Amino acid sequence: MDAFFEWFRVLYDETGINLPFLYDDYDRNRMVDGFLMTVKLSLVCLFFSVVIGVVGAWLQGSTLKWTRRFVNGYIQLFRNTPPLVQLYFFYFAIGSQLPKVATDWGGQAPVLGSFAWAAISLSFFAGAFNVEIFRSGLEAVPKATVEAAEALGFSRLRIYTDVTLPLAFRVCLPALNNNLVNLVKTTTLAYAIAVPEMLYEANQIWSDNVNVTEMMVFLLIVYFLLVGVLVWSMNRWERALRIPGYG
Amino acid sequence: MMTIPSKQIAAVVAAGVLAIAAQGAGADALDDIREAGVLKVGVKADYKPYGFLDPSGEIIGIEPDLARDVADELGVELELIPVVSSNRMQFLEQGKIDLMIATMTDKPDRRKVVNIVEPNYYSSGTNVLARKSLGLTSWEDLSGKPVCGIQGAFYNKPTAEKYGADIIAFKGTAEAYAALQGGNCAAFVYDDSAIVAKVAEPGFEDYEMPLPTIDDAPWGLAVALGEDGFAQLMSDMTVGWHESGRILELETEWGVANTPFAQAMHDEYK
Repeated sequence: MDAFFEWFRVLYDETGINLPFLYDDYDRNRMVDGFLMTVKLSLVCLFFSVVIGVVGAWLQGSTLKWTRRFVNGYIQLFRNTPPLVQLYFFYFAIGSQLPKVATDWGGQAPVLGSFAWAAISLSFFAGAFNVEIFRSGLEAVPKATVEAAEALGFSRLRIYTDVTLPLAFRVCLPALNNNLVNLVKTTTLAYAIAVPEMLYEANQIWSDNVNVTEMMVFLLIVYFLLVGVLVWSMNRWERALRIPGYG
Repeated sequence: MMTIPSKQIAAVVAAGVLAIAAQGAGADALDDIREAGVLKVGVKADYKPYGFLDPSGEIIGIEPDLARDVADELGVELELIPVVSSNRMQFLEQGKIDLMIATMTDKPDRRKVVNIVEPNYYSSGTNVLARKSLGLTSWEDLSGKPVCGIQGAFYNKPTAEKYGADIIAFKGTAEAYAALQGGNCAAFVYDDSAIVAKVAEPGFEDYEMPLPTIDDAPWGLAVALGEDGFAQLMSDMTVGWHESGRILELETEWGVANTPFAQAMHDEYK
Protein backbone atom coordinates (compact mmCIF):
# COMPACT_ATOMS: atom_id res chain seq x y z
CA MET A 1 0.00 0.00 0.00
CA ASP A 2 2.84 2.38 0.88
CA ALA A 3 4.38 1.82 -2.53
CA PHE A 4 1.07 2.79 -4.08
CA PHE A 5 0.96 6.04 -2.11
CA GLU A 6 4.64 6.77 -2.79
CA TRP A 7 3.91 6.52 -6.50
CA PHE A 8 1.87 9.74 -6.21
CA ARG A 9 4.84 11.53 -4.66
CA VAL A 10 6.86 10.50 -7.71
CA LEU A 11 3.99 11.66 -9.92
CA TYR A 12 4.21 15.09 -8.28
CA ASP A 13 7.97 15.34 -8.72
CA GLU A 14 7.81 14.19 -12.33
CA THR A 15 4.70 15.89 -13.66
CA GLY A 16 3.72 18.54 -11.12
CA ILE A 17 0.33 16.88 -10.52
CA ASN A 18 0.13 17.26 -6.76
CA LEU A 19 -2.18 14.90 -4.84
CA PRO A 20 -0.92 15.21 -1.25
CA PHE A 21 -4.04 13.52 0.15
CA LEU A 22 -2.63 10.31 -1.29
CA TYR A 23 1.06 10.46 -0.43
CA ASP A 24 1.03 12.51 2.78
CA ASP A 25 -0.29 10.68 5.89
CA TYR A 26 -1.58 13.78 7.59
CA ASP A 27 -3.39 15.10 4.52
CA ARG A 28 -4.76 11.64 3.77
CA ASN A 29 -6.22 11.34 7.25
CA ARG A 30 -7.89 14.70 7.08
CA MET A 31 -9.33 13.99 3.63
CA VAL A 32 -10.77 10.68 4.92
CA ASP A 33 -12.15 12.47 8.00
CA GLY A 34 -13.65 15.11 5.73
CA PHE A 35 -15.29 12.47 3.57
CA LEU A 36 -16.74 10.69 6.60
CA MET A 37 -17.95 14.00 8.01
CA THR A 38 -19.74 14.79 4.74
CA VAL A 39 -21.37 11.34 4.76
CA LYS A 40 -22.35 11.71 8.41
CA LEU A 41 -23.76 15.22 7.97
CA SER A 42 -25.62 14.13 4.83
CA LEU A 43 -27.19 11.09 6.52
CA VAL A 44 -28.25 13.05 9.61
CA CYS A 45 -29.76 15.83 7.48
CA LEU A 46 -31.44 13.40 5.07
CA PHE A 47 -33.08 11.57 7.96
CA PHE A 48 -34.30 14.62 9.85
CA SER A 49 -35.41 16.52 6.75
CA VAL A 50 -37.62 13.59 5.70
CA VAL A 51 -39.02 13.29 9.25
CA ILE A 52 -39.74 17.04 9.25
CA GLY A 53 -41.37 16.68 5.83
CA VAL A 54 -43.66 13.82 6.91
CA VAL A 55 -44.67 15.43 10.21
CA GLY A 56 -44.99 18.88 8.64
CA ALA A 57 -47.27 17.62 5.88
CA TRP A 58 -49.45 15.93 8.53
CA LEU A 59 -49.67 19.13 10.59
CA GLN A 60 -50.43 21.13 7.47
CA GLY A 61 -53.64 19.15 7.11
CA SER A 62 -54.56 19.79 10.74
CA THR A 63 -58.02 21.02 11.63
CA LEU A 64 -56.48 23.63 13.94
CA LYS A 65 -55.97 27.00 12.25
CA TRP A 66 -52.90 28.00 14.28
CA THR A 67 -51.09 24.72 13.65
CA ARG A 68 -51.51 25.21 9.91
CA ARG A 69 -50.34 28.81 10.19
CA PHE A 70 -47.30 27.79 12.20
CA VAL A 71 -46.25 25.19 9.63
CA ASN A 72 -46.75 27.63 6.77
CA GLY A 73 -44.76 30.28 8.62
CA TYR A 74 -41.93 27.82 9.10
CA ILE A 75 -41.95 26.91 5.39
CA GLN A 76 -41.89 30.56 4.32
CA LEU A 77 -39.08 31.42 6.73
CA PHE A 78 -36.78 28.59 5.72
CA ARG A 79 -37.62 28.45 2.04
CA ASN A 80 -37.24 32.17 1.46
CA THR A 81 -33.84 32.65 3.08
CA PRO A 82 -30.47 31.45 1.73
CA PRO A 83 -29.06 28.41 3.58
CA LEU A 84 -25.71 30.14 4.08
CA VAL A 85 -27.42 33.05 5.82
CA GLN A 86 -29.31 30.56 8.00
CA LEU A 87 -26.07 28.84 8.98
CA TYR A 88 -24.42 32.11 9.96
CA PHE A 89 -27.57 33.18 11.79
CA PHE A 90 -27.79 29.99 13.82
CA TYR A 91 -24.09 29.67 14.56
CA PHE A 92 -23.14 33.27 15.31
CA ALA A 93 -26.44 34.93 16.31
CA ILE A 94 -28.34 32.17 18.12
CA GLY A 95 -25.34 30.06 19.12
CA SER A 96 -23.64 32.82 21.09
CA GLN A 97 -26.85 33.51 23.07
CA LEU A 98 -27.16 29.92 24.26
CA PRO A 99 -26.22 28.94 27.81
CA LYS A 100 -22.60 27.93 28.13
CA VAL A 101 -21.28 24.72 29.55
CA ALA A 102 -17.86 24.06 31.02
CA THR A 103 -15.66 22.19 28.58
CA ASP A 104 -12.98 19.62 29.34
CA TRP A 105 -10.33 22.16 28.33
CA GLY A 106 -11.39 24.49 31.11
CA GLY A 107 -13.29 27.04 29.07
CA GLN A 108 -16.91 27.91 28.50
CA ALA A 109 -18.45 26.80 25.21
CA PRO A 110 -21.98 27.09 23.86
CA VAL A 111 -23.99 23.86 24.24
CA LEU A 112 -24.25 23.39 20.50
CA GLY A 113 -21.19 23.28 18.26
CA SER A 114 -20.77 23.82 14.55
CA PHE A 115 -21.78 20.30 13.51
CA ALA A 116 -25.00 20.45 15.54
CA TRP A 117 -25.92 23.81 14.05
CA ALA A 118 -25.16 22.64 10.52
CA ALA A 119 -27.33 19.55 11.05
CA ILE A 120 -30.18 21.60 12.52
CA SER A 121 -30.03 24.36 9.96
CA LEU A 122 -29.73 22.16 6.88
CA SER A 123 -32.40 19.71 8.12
CA PHE A 124 -34.88 22.54 8.61
CA PHE A 125 -33.92 24.07 5.28
CA ALA A 126 -34.46 20.85 3.30
CA GLY A 127 -37.39 19.93 5.58
CA ALA A 128 -39.30 23.04 4.48
CA PHE A 129 -39.08 21.88 0.88
CA ASN A 130 -39.96 18.31 1.87
CA VAL A 131 -43.20 19.44 3.54
CA GLU A 132 -44.31 20.97 0.27
CA ILE A 133 -43.15 17.92 -1.68
CA PHE A 134 -45.18 15.60 0.54
CA ARG A 135 -48.17 17.93 0.27
CA SER A 136 -48.00 17.65 -3.51
CA GLY A 137 -48.13 13.85 -3.11
CA LEU A 138 -50.98 13.99 -0.60
CA GLU A 139 -53.06 16.16 -2.89
CA ALA A 140 -52.65 13.60 -5.65
CA VAL A 141 -54.38 10.91 -3.58
CA PRO A 142 -58.03 10.67 -4.80
CA LYS A 143 -60.57 12.09 -2.35
CA ALA A 144 -62.67 8.94 -2.81
CA THR A 145 -59.87 6.85 -1.27
CA VAL A 146 -59.86 9.02 1.85
CA GLU A 147 -63.63 8.93 2.04
CA ALA A 148 -63.60 5.14 1.76
CA ALA A 149 -61.16 4.97 4.67
CA GLU A 150 -63.32 7.35 6.71
CA ALA A 151 -66.37 5.17 5.99
CA LEU A 152 -64.43 2.21 7.41
CA GLY A 153 -63.95 4.13 10.66
CA PHE A 154 -60.21 4.97 10.36
CA SER A 155 -58.99 7.84 12.54
CA ARG A 156 -57.35 10.86 10.87
CA LEU A 157 -53.86 9.75 11.94
CA ARG A 158 -54.39 6.20 10.68
CA ILE A 159 -55.70 7.45 7.35
CA TYR A 160 -52.51 9.52 7.06
CA THR A 161 -50.03 6.80 8.05
CA ASP A 162 -51.77 3.79 6.45
CA VAL A 163 -53.59 5.18 3.43
CA THR A 164 -52.64 8.62 2.13
CA LEU A 165 -48.95 8.79 3.06
CA PRO A 166 -47.94 5.46 1.46
CA LEU A 167 -49.72 6.43 -1.74
CA ALA A 168 -48.46 10.02 -1.63
CA PHE A 169 -44.92 8.79 -1.03
CA ARG A 170 -44.90 6.93 -4.34
CA VAL A 171 -46.14 9.98 -6.21
CA CYS A 172 -43.63 12.41 -4.73
CA LEU A 173 -40.50 10.24 -4.71
CA PRO A 174 -38.99 11.82 -7.88
CA ALA A 175 -39.40 15.30 -6.40
CA LEU A 176 -38.05 14.09 -3.07
CA ASN A 177 -35.04 12.63 -4.89
CA ASN A 178 -34.28 16.03 -6.35
CA ASN A 179 -34.45 17.76 -3.02
CA LEU A 180 -32.30 15.18 -1.22
CA VAL A 181 -29.65 15.36 -3.95
CA ASN A 182 -29.63 19.12 -3.45
CA LEU A 183 -29.34 18.62 0.29
CA VAL A 184 -26.20 16.48 -0.02
CA LYS A 185 -24.62 19.16 -2.19
CA THR A 186 -25.70 21.90 0.21
CA THR A 187 -23.72 20.27 3.04
CA THR A 188 -20.64 21.96 1.51
CA LEU A 189 -21.96 25.24 2.93
CA ALA A 190 -21.24 23.95 6.43
CA TYR A 191 -17.63 24.80 5.65
CA ALA A 192 -18.47 28.44 6.36
CA ILE A 193 -18.95 27.63 10.05
CA ALA A 194 -15.90 25.38 10.12
CA VAL A 195 -17.55 21.98 10.07
CA PRO A 196 -14.62 19.87 8.88
CA GLU A 197 -16.38 18.32 5.88
CA MET A 198 -14.85 17.58 2.50
CA LEU A 199 -14.76 21.06 1.00
CA TYR A 200 -13.28 22.44 4.23
CA GLU A 201 -10.53 19.81 4.34
CA ALA A 202 -9.83 20.23 0.63
CA ASN A 203 -9.49 23.97 1.22
CA GLN A 204 -6.99 23.33 4.04
CA ILE A 205 -5.00 21.04 1.77
CA TRP A 206 -4.90 23.38 -1.19
CA SER A 207 -3.94 26.27 1.06
CA ASP A 208 -0.95 24.31 2.33
CA ASN A 209 0.06 22.84 -1.02
CA VAL A 210 -1.19 25.41 -3.54
CA ASN A 211 -2.78 22.68 -5.68
CA VAL A 212 -6.21 24.21 -6.23
CA THR A 213 -6.81 22.64 -9.64
CA GLU A 214 -6.13 19.08 -8.50
CA MET A 215 -8.28 19.45 -5.38
CA MET A 216 -11.17 20.93 -7.38
CA VAL A 217 -11.10 18.06 -9.86
CA PHE A 218 -10.92 15.58 -7.00
CA LEU A 219 -13.85 17.19 -5.16
CA LEU A 220 -15.96 17.23 -8.30
CA ILE A 221 -15.39 13.52 -8.87
CA VAL A 222 -16.05 12.56 -5.24
CA TYR A 223 -19.30 14.54 -5.06
CA PHE A 224 -20.37 13.11 -8.41
CA LEU A 225 -19.85 9.58 -7.08
CA LEU A 226 -21.39 10.33 -3.68
CA VAL A 227 -24.56 11.81 -5.16
CA GLY A 228 -24.53 9.01 -7.74
CA VAL A 229 -24.77 6.45 -4.93
CA LEU A 230 -27.70 8.35 -3.41
CA VAL A 231 -29.53 8.61 -6.74
CA TRP A 232 -28.93 4.94 -7.47
CA SER A 233 -30.29 3.80 -4.12
CA MET A 234 -33.29 6.14 -4.35
CA ASN A 235 -34.09 4.77 -7.79
CA ARG A 236 -33.89 1.21 -6.49
CA TRP A 237 -36.18 2.17 -3.65
CA GLU A 238 -38.58 3.78 -6.08
CA ARG A 239 -38.71 0.54 -8.10
CA ALA A 240 -39.15 -1.59 -5.00
CA LEU A 241 -42.10 0.53 -3.87
CA ARG A 242 -43.84 0.43 -7.21
CA ILE A 243 -47.42 -0.84 -7.10
CA PRO A 244 -48.39 -2.31 -10.48
CA GLY A 245 -51.26 -0.34 -11.93
CA TYR A 246 -50.83 2.67 -9.61
CA GLY A 247 -49.47 6.03 -10.73
CA MET B 1 -32.91 43.52 -42.70
CA MET B 2 -29.19 43.94 -43.00
CA THR B 3 -27.18 40.80 -43.50
CA ILE B 4 -23.53 40.41 -42.64
CA PRO B 5 -21.56 37.99 -44.80
CA SER B 6 -20.12 35.20 -42.71
CA LYS B 7 -16.67 35.79 -44.22
CA GLN B 8 -16.66 39.28 -42.78
CA ILE B 9 -17.54 37.92 -39.34
CA ALA B 10 -14.76 35.36 -39.60
CA ALA B 11 -12.27 38.07 -40.51
CA VAL B 12 -13.27 40.23 -37.54
CA VAL B 13 -13.04 37.28 -35.17
CA ALA B 14 -9.63 36.27 -36.54
CA ALA B 15 -8.34 39.81 -36.14
CA GLY B 16 -9.58 39.88 -32.57
CA VAL B 17 -7.90 36.59 -31.73
CA LEU B 18 -4.63 37.79 -33.25
CA ALA B 19 -4.79 41.02 -31.32
CA ILE B 20 -5.30 39.16 -28.04
CA ALA B 21 -2.50 36.70 -28.87
CA ALA B 22 -0.11 39.54 -29.73
CA GLN B 23 -0.92 41.31 -26.48
CA GLY B 24 -0.31 38.15 -24.49
CA ALA B 25 3.00 37.41 -26.15
CA GLY B 26 4.78 40.75 -26.19
CA ALA B 27 3.78 42.92 -23.27
CA ASP B 28 5.22 42.70 -19.81
CA ALA B 29 3.32 43.63 -16.67
CA LEU B 30 5.01 47.02 -16.24
CA ASP B 31 4.00 48.16 -19.74
CA ASP B 32 0.44 46.96 -19.15
CA ILE B 33 0.22 48.84 -15.87
CA ARG B 34 1.60 52.05 -17.36
CA GLU B 35 -0.75 51.76 -20.32
CA ALA B 36 -3.79 51.13 -18.12
CA GLY B 37 -2.69 53.87 -15.72
CA VAL B 38 -3.74 51.68 -12.78
CA LEU B 39 -1.73 49.45 -10.46
CA LYS B 40 -3.87 46.75 -8.87
CA VAL B 41 -2.45 45.63 -5.55
CA GLY B 42 -3.88 42.80 -3.46
CA VAL B 43 -3.79 43.66 0.24
CA LYS B 44 -5.46 42.35 3.38
CA ALA B 45 -8.56 44.17 4.59
CA ASP B 46 -8.95 42.37 7.91
CA TYR B 47 -5.46 42.51 9.31
CA LYS B 48 -4.99 45.49 11.57
CA PRO B 49 -2.77 47.47 11.28
CA TYR B 50 -1.21 46.00 8.13
CA GLY B 51 -4.33 46.28 6.00
CA PHE B 52 -7.80 47.05 7.34
CA LEU B 53 -10.92 49.08 6.68
CA ASP B 54 -11.40 52.56 8.07
CA PRO B 55 -14.95 53.66 9.09
CA SER B 56 -15.65 54.92 5.57
CA GLY B 57 -14.76 51.55 4.03
CA GLU B 58 -11.36 52.56 2.59
CA ILE B 59 -8.55 50.05 2.95
CA ILE B 60 -5.74 51.60 4.98
CA GLY B 61 -2.67 50.42 6.87
CA ILE B 62 1.03 49.73 6.46
CA GLU B 63 0.73 47.59 3.33
CA PRO B 64 -1.65 49.97 1.49
CA ASP B 65 0.90 52.72 2.23
CA LEU B 66 3.65 50.61 0.69
CA ALA B 67 1.40 49.92 -2.30
CA ARG B 68 0.90 53.67 -2.71
CA ASP B 69 4.69 54.15 -2.79
CA VAL B 70 4.85 51.70 -5.69
CA ALA B 71 2.02 53.40 -7.59
CA ASP B 72 3.71 56.78 -7.09
CA GLU B 73 7.00 55.35 -8.34
CA LEU B 74 5.26 54.09 -11.50
CA GLY B 75 3.25 57.29 -11.83
CA VAL B 76 -0.10 55.51 -12.00
CA GLU B 77 -3.32 55.34 -10.03
CA LEU B 78 -3.55 52.82 -7.20
CA GLU B 79 -6.38 50.32 -6.92
CA LEU B 80 -6.41 48.25 -3.72
CA ILE B 81 -8.07 44.86 -3.97
CA PRO B 82 -8.88 43.02 -0.73
CA VAL B 83 -7.57 39.45 -0.66
CA VAL B 84 -7.60 36.67 1.93
CA SER B 85 -5.02 34.00 2.63
CA SER B 86 -6.81 31.31 0.67
CA ASN B 87 -7.15 33.27 -2.59
CA ARG B 88 -4.24 35.73 -2.72
CA MET B 89 -1.91 33.58 -4.83
CA GLN B 90 -4.72 32.59 -7.19
CA PHE B 91 -5.62 36.27 -7.73
CA LEU B 92 -2.03 36.92 -8.75
CA GLU B 93 -1.89 33.89 -11.07
CA GLN B 94 -5.15 34.91 -12.75
CA GLY B 95 -4.01 38.51 -13.23
CA LYS B 96 -6.73 39.99 -11.02
CA ILE B 97 -3.95 41.81 -9.22
CA ASP B 98 -0.52 42.94 -10.47
CA LEU B 99 1.21 42.89 -7.12
CA MET B 100 0.49 41.20 -3.80
CA ILE B 101 1.51 42.78 -0.51
CA ALA B 102 -0.67 40.68 1.78
CA THR B 103 1.18 39.57 4.91
CA MET B 104 2.27 36.41 3.12
CA THR B 105 4.97 34.31 4.70
CA ASP B 106 7.78 33.43 2.31
CA LYS B 107 7.71 29.64 1.75
CA PRO B 108 9.57 27.48 -0.76
CA ASP B 109 6.42 25.84 -2.14
CA ARG B 110 4.81 29.27 -2.58
CA ARG B 111 7.84 30.34 -4.63
CA LYS B 112 6.87 27.67 -7.15
CA VAL B 113 3.55 29.40 -7.74
CA VAL B 114 4.30 33.12 -7.51
CA ASN B 115 7.43 35.22 -7.87
CA ILE B 116 8.35 36.24 -4.31
CA VAL B 117 10.61 39.27 -4.37
CA GLU B 118 13.97 39.39 -2.57
CA PRO B 119 14.71 40.85 -0.06
CA ASN B 120 11.81 40.24 2.33
CA TYR B 121 10.01 43.37 3.44
CA TYR B 122 8.76 42.23 6.83
CA SER B 123 8.60 39.33 9.24
CA SER B 124 6.37 37.88 11.89
CA GLY B 125 5.92 34.76 13.97
CA THR B 126 3.04 32.64 15.16
CA ASN B 127 1.29 33.04 18.49
CA VAL B 128 -2.17 32.62 19.96
CA LEU B 129 -4.81 34.91 21.38
CA ALA B 130 -6.53 33.33 24.38
CA ARG B 131 -8.62 34.22 27.37
CA LYS B 132 -6.43 35.10 30.38
CA SER B 133 -8.46 32.79 32.63
CA LEU B 134 -7.30 29.81 30.59
CA GLY B 135 -3.73 30.33 31.81
CA LEU B 136 -1.89 28.89 28.83
CA THR B 137 1.87 28.72 29.29
CA SER B 138 3.22 26.43 26.60
CA TRP B 139 2.23 25.33 23.11
CA GLU B 140 1.70 21.81 24.43
CA ASP B 141 -1.22 23.18 26.50
CA LEU B 142 -3.19 23.43 23.25
CA SER B 143 -3.28 19.65 22.90
CA GLY B 144 -6.82 18.38 22.43
CA LYS B 145 -8.33 21.87 22.60
CA PRO B 146 -10.32 23.48 19.80
CA VAL B 147 -8.20 26.29 18.34
CA CYS B 148 -9.55 28.81 15.86
CA GLY B 149 -7.52 29.59 12.78
CA ILE B 150 -7.73 31.20 9.37
CA GLN B 151 -8.34 29.06 6.31
CA GLY B 152 -5.16 29.09 4.25
CA ALA B 153 -2.73 30.02 7.01
CA PHE B 154 0.39 27.84 6.87
CA TYR B 155 0.65 27.32 10.63
CA ASN B 156 -2.67 25.49 10.95
CA LYS B 157 -1.04 22.23 9.95
CA PRO B 158 2.00 22.40 12.29
CA THR B 159 -0.19 23.55 15.20
CA ALA B 160 -2.39 20.51 14.69
CA GLU B 161 0.42 18.08 13.90
CA LYS B 162 3.02 19.13 16.46
CA TYR B 163 0.89 20.32 19.35
CA GLY B 164 -2.25 18.24 18.85
CA ALA B 165 -4.69 21.16 18.63
CA ASP B 166 -8.04 20.73 16.86
CA ILE B 167 -7.97 23.49 14.28
CA ILE B 168 -11.29 25.15 13.49
CA ALA B 169 -10.48 27.37 10.53
CA PHE B 170 -12.67 30.24 9.36
CA LYS B 171 -12.66 32.30 6.19
CA GLY B 172 -11.80 35.64 7.78
CA THR B 173 -10.56 37.07 11.07
CA ALA B 174 -13.96 38.56 11.96
CA GLU B 175 -15.53 35.09 12.13
CA ALA B 176 -12.54 33.71 14.05
CA TYR B 177 -12.66 36.51 16.66
CA ALA B 178 -16.44 36.02 16.99
CA ALA B 179 -15.98 32.27 17.48
CA LEU B 180 -13.24 32.87 20.07
CA GLN B 181 -15.38 35.33 22.00
CA GLY B 182 -18.38 33.02 21.68
CA GLY B 183 -16.41 30.25 23.35
CA ASN B 184 -16.29 27.97 20.31
CA CYS B 185 -12.54 27.71 20.63
CA ALA B 186 -9.99 27.96 23.40
CA ALA B 187 -7.51 30.10 21.48
CA PHE B 188 -6.95 31.70 18.08
CA VAL B 189 -3.68 30.90 16.33
CA TYR B 190 -2.50 33.81 14.19
CA ASP B 191 0.38 36.15 13.40
CA ASP B 192 1.87 37.72 16.52
CA SER B 193 1.93 41.10 14.81
CA ALA B 194 -1.85 41.10 14.48
CA ILE B 195 -2.46 39.74 17.98
CA VAL B 196 -0.34 42.46 19.59
CA ALA B 197 -2.61 45.04 17.98
CA LYS B 198 -5.76 43.10 18.94
CA VAL B 199 -5.13 42.82 22.68
CA ALA B 200 -4.87 46.59 22.81
CA GLU B 201 -8.39 46.97 21.40
CA PRO B 202 -11.46 47.58 23.58
CA GLY B 203 -13.41 44.38 24.18
CA PHE B 204 -10.26 42.28 24.40
CA GLU B 205 -9.21 43.23 27.93
CA ASP B 206 -9.67 39.64 29.11
CA TYR B 207 -7.43 38.27 26.38
CA GLU B 208 -3.68 37.85 26.19
CA MET B 209 -0.90 36.56 23.96
CA PRO B 210 0.46 34.00 26.41
CA LEU B 211 2.87 31.82 24.43
CA PRO B 212 6.42 32.33 23.17
CA THR B 213 6.32 33.33 19.51
CA ILE B 214 7.40 30.51 17.21
CA ASP B 215 8.27 30.17 13.53
CA ASP B 216 9.45 33.73 13.11
CA ALA B 217 9.42 33.89 9.34
CA PRO B 218 9.90 36.60 6.73
CA TRP B 219 7.03 37.98 4.64
CA GLY B 220 7.34 38.26 0.90
CA LEU B 221 5.58 40.55 -1.50
CA ALA B 222 4.99 38.87 -4.84
CA VAL B 223 4.36 39.40 -8.53
CA ALA B 224 3.22 36.80 -11.07
CA LEU B 225 5.73 34.22 -12.29
CA GLY B 226 7.72 35.37 -15.30
CA GLU B 227 7.41 39.09 -14.53
CA ASP B 228 11.13 39.51 -13.96
CA GLY B 229 11.21 43.19 -14.87
CA PHE B 230 8.52 44.03 -12.35
CA ALA B 231 10.17 41.79 -9.73
CA GLN B 232 13.46 43.66 -10.20
CA LEU B 233 11.72 46.99 -9.70
CA MET B 234 10.01 45.69 -6.55
CA SER B 235 13.31 44.34 -5.28
CA ASP B 236 14.89 47.78 -5.71
CA MET B 237 11.93 49.41 -4.01
CA THR B 238 12.13 47.03 -1.04
CA VAL B 239 15.82 47.78 -0.63
CA GLY B 240 14.89 51.44 -0.79
CA TRP B 241 12.30 51.02 1.97
CA HIS B 242 14.83 49.33 4.24
CA GLU B 243 17.52 51.86 3.40
CA SER B 244 15.38 54.91 4.14
CA GLY B 245 13.80 53.39 7.26
CA ARG B 246 10.36 53.64 5.64
CA ILE B 247 9.18 50.38 7.25
CA LEU B 248 10.24 51.54 10.74
CA GLU B 249 8.55 54.87 10.11
CA LEU B 250 5.30 53.15 9.04
CA GLU B 251 5.37 50.90 12.11
CA THR B 252 5.60 53.94 14.35
CA GLU B 253 2.92 55.76 12.37
CA TRP B 254 0.48 52.82 12.72
CA GLY B 255 1.24 52.17 16.38
CA VAL B 256 3.35 49.02 16.21
CA ALA B 257 6.54 48.69 18.22
CA ASN B 258 9.55 48.53 15.88
CA THR B 259 10.22 44.88 15.10
CA PRO B 260 13.73 43.44 15.32
CA PHE B 261 13.50 42.36 11.68
CA ALA B 262 12.73 45.84 10.35
CA GLN B 263 15.52 47.28 12.53
CA ALA B 264 18.04 44.69 11.35
CA MET B 265 17.17 45.24 7.68
CA HIS B 266 17.52 49.01 8.11
CA ASP B 267 20.92 48.56 9.73
CA GLU B 268 22.00 46.25 6.93
CA TYR B 269 21.02 48.50 4.01
CA LYS B 270 21.56 52.01 5.35
